[in-house]
Amino acid sequence: MTSEPSVVEVTLESDLKNLEVAEEIVRRVAGTAGFGEESEHQIEMAVHESMINAIWHGNKNDASKRVWLRFETYKDRLEIRIRDQGIGFNINEVPDPCSGDNLLKVSGRGIFLIRTFMDEFRVKYLPGSGTEVTLVKRIDPAHQPK
Amino acid sequence: MSMKATIRQVDSVMVVDISGRITLGEGCAQLRELIRDQLTKGNKRVLLNLADVTYIDSSGIGELVSAYTAVSNQGGQLKLLNLTKKVHDLLQITKLYTVFDIHDDEAKAISSFQKP
Repeated sequence: MTSEPSVVEVTLESDLKNLEVAEEIVRRVAGTAGFGEESEHQIEMAVHESMINAIWHGNKNDASKRVWLRFETYKDRLEIRIRDQGIGFNINEVPDPCSGDNLLKVSGRGIFLIRTFMDEFRVKYLPGSGTEVTLVKRIDPAHQPK
Repeated sequence: MSMKATIRQVDSVMVVDISGRITLGEGCAQLRELIRDQLTKGNKRVLLNLADVTYIDSSGIGELVSAYTAVSNQGGQLKLLNLTKKVHDLLQITKLYTVFDIHDDEAKAISSFQKP
């Protein structure tokens, strides 16, 4: 069994209408990788929220900028990288949305949902070229394709 | 598929049947406008029927919170009806399940509102 991943790579305009394009790609990739329906939805949401961060907070809704996505399917996991062309955001400044004072706040749940739904979540700042997040979801062996 | 909402009055309660996506952008803006409009008209008892909501994101959850707060601040009540499993799970994860009054029977939900 080769360790080379199956790769899908796409570059999208920084536009909210592309959220559904990204979600469709996620459904295809995650379905092929062998994820169950619930995991597939969790990955879809994590990518959706990451895309919003990239478009809204990273690229500041500038349609001339791009969001780059790369899906790498390994035997035991799916790794997704999402990169914007913005100036970065400090993830440590995102407060816990479930704590008492924040519970009724309107925003601030995106990163929390990504962390909840994925097995790994990493953020890398690329000086001068944006922010790249990596999302990893392990494949339940019971759901792996034969 | 974008969000669609139809409003019907049952007793003194405005029941809003929502379908589609409540997500950042159009869906959230529509819901915000709808709630603002109902409050302007003095309708402070609102039941959001989410049975046909296919997708809700963190912004959509935030919009539900915003609607709840806006109605409560005017002395009204906003309740949720018929959550799908996905929405139910999201409200549990975000600990908002205890904030909202959630029902799965419309008649019981209607009768749970305080009478004007």
